[in-house]
Amino acid sequence: MTGADKNLVEVRNLTFRFGPRIIFDDIDIDIRRGKVTTIMGPSGTGKTTLLRMIGGQLKPKAGEVRVDGLNVPTMTHDQLYFLRMRMGLMFQSGALFTGISVFDNVAFPLREHTRLSESMIRDLVLMKLQAVGLRGARELMPAELSGGMARRVALARAIALDPMMIMYDEPFTGQDPITVGVIMKLIRMINDTLGLTSIIVSHDVQEVSSISDYIYMLSNGQVVGQGAPEQMWRSDSPWVTQFMKAQPDGPVPYHYPATDLAEDLFA
Amino acid sequence: MLGWLQSLGRIGLDFFERLGRGHLFVMRVLAGVPSVLLHPSLIVAQIYSVGVLSLVIIVVSGLNVGMVLGLQMYNTLVDFGAETTLGPVVALSLVRELGPVVAGLLFAGRAGSALTAEIGLMKATEQLSGMEMMAVDPIKRIVAPRFIAGLFSMPLLAAMFSAVGILGGYFVGVGLLGIDDGAFWSQMQAKVDLHEDVLNGVIKSIVFGVVITWIAVFEGYDAVPTTEGVSRATTNTVVYASLAVLGLDFVLTALMFGS
Repeated sequence: MTGADKNLVEVRNLTFRFGPRIIFDDIDIDIRRGKVTTIMGPSGTGKTTLLRMIGGQLKPKAGEVRVDGLNVPTMTHDQLYFLRMRMGLMFQSGALFTGISVFDNVAFPLREHTRLSESMIRDLVLMKLQAVGLRGARELMPAELSGGMARRVALARAIALDPMMIMYDEPFTGQDPITVGVIMKLIRMINDTLGLTSIIVSHDVQEVSSISDYIYMLSNGQVVGQGAPEQMWRSDSPWVTQFMKAQPDGPVPYHYPATDLAEDLFA
Repeated sequence: MLGWLQSLGRIGLDFFERLGRGHLFVMRVLAGVPSVLLHPSLIVAQIYSVGVLSLVIIVVSGLNVGMVLGLQMYNTLVDFGAETTLGPVVALSLVRELGPVVAGLLFAGRAGSALTAEIGLMKATEQLSGMEMMAVDPIKRIVAPRFIAGLFSMPLLAAMFSAVGILGGYFVGVGLLGIDDGAFWSQMQAKVDLHEDVLNGVIKSIVFGVVITWIAVFEGYDAVPTTEGVSRATTNTVVYASLAVLGLDFVLTALMFGS
């Protein structure tokens, strides 16, 4: 099996800057087909930026982002939109359309991209909502949903077109333990039962460790660690250790860079 | 001095950069129009939101403007014994100027601000981004139907404003001040030219419709995706669109009636 067959996403020599700030400095990442891969790292390390590059919403300064063998940054508008039909993204906010019901939100991609009859769309939407446990909430408006429910609806919408890959942007942030458990179960279950490839962006160490097959850790524009969750826990890299064990000080400093305290106080 | 010049240069560059982006944006919107025409339901829903929901403010304002115009003009015309010309005076004022301009200003305040706020909030809550990731182009799905709806609605609202305004003038002039009914309408019919007056007014309202809707959808789409950003974009829409209407009105009037 070649690399492209084994990996659904291959990031090579990726470099990206926001103004003078380097977000990625020549990094390589492989996302294996059929696996749940997590991108971890402190806030502001470019985890969400990486998802947006895989989805073609941002273009790198240099390097390649290959999805299913296709180099995303060089694709035309039409090619990119065709590829996006085969990938789903669950936003941190859910990004549901606030003016339409839960049912219509999930039906939206089906109505836009297929010529299925309304009765067929109804059946498909109900099946997707059943998978996330919200079939009974189909008439509700997004404003009537809790944060966790909104993410589950967003997940149902993301899998509406049966994509080959699904990306989760901070799926556990700000959720209560029950909702976190539900989302964890859903991510693993949907990945395995639908035969998808999943990419999670998160900094919730315990949660992702229990459902991920492989973890990449980003910091300072570099991949500072990678491996299966158990390897990450045993890692002797100070970056990985600080993050996995939630140590307040280490390679990621506790203090924001500043002049000497005494100098500052007596200035 | 150098700093002042730098700031001036920065403001100029920012202005022209934004102007360029606005033009590229409208080109993308126009390119998306044919695909939207295949889904008329999207346009109809937006015509309801942009046009029908603006009717109340247009009708009430038109009626008041027409009544005030009738009263003020009567007081001036009666000094010259020319009060029977109230009909054409009210009609020409409304059809040539007040109809398109005041309806344009009201349209910018009511529908333009709503368009900007809606699109800006969709951007701030990642709905536009989510749509892109579902392989649906927000320019075609969200912006183009609103643009077409604005284009259709504005001339109709301006026509409605003028018609209701004339009725307001009639009510005051004929109903309250006792001008002859037949003179009011016959003078109006004789003096108001379909091409010279009505058509030029319609052209003005179409131009205003294009400009107001363009500014509104661009400001929303280009808004900084924060609460302050959307608020600023909404204010910008009302200010820029109002200034554009007033500025363009002079240019169009000079071109149409200058000679």
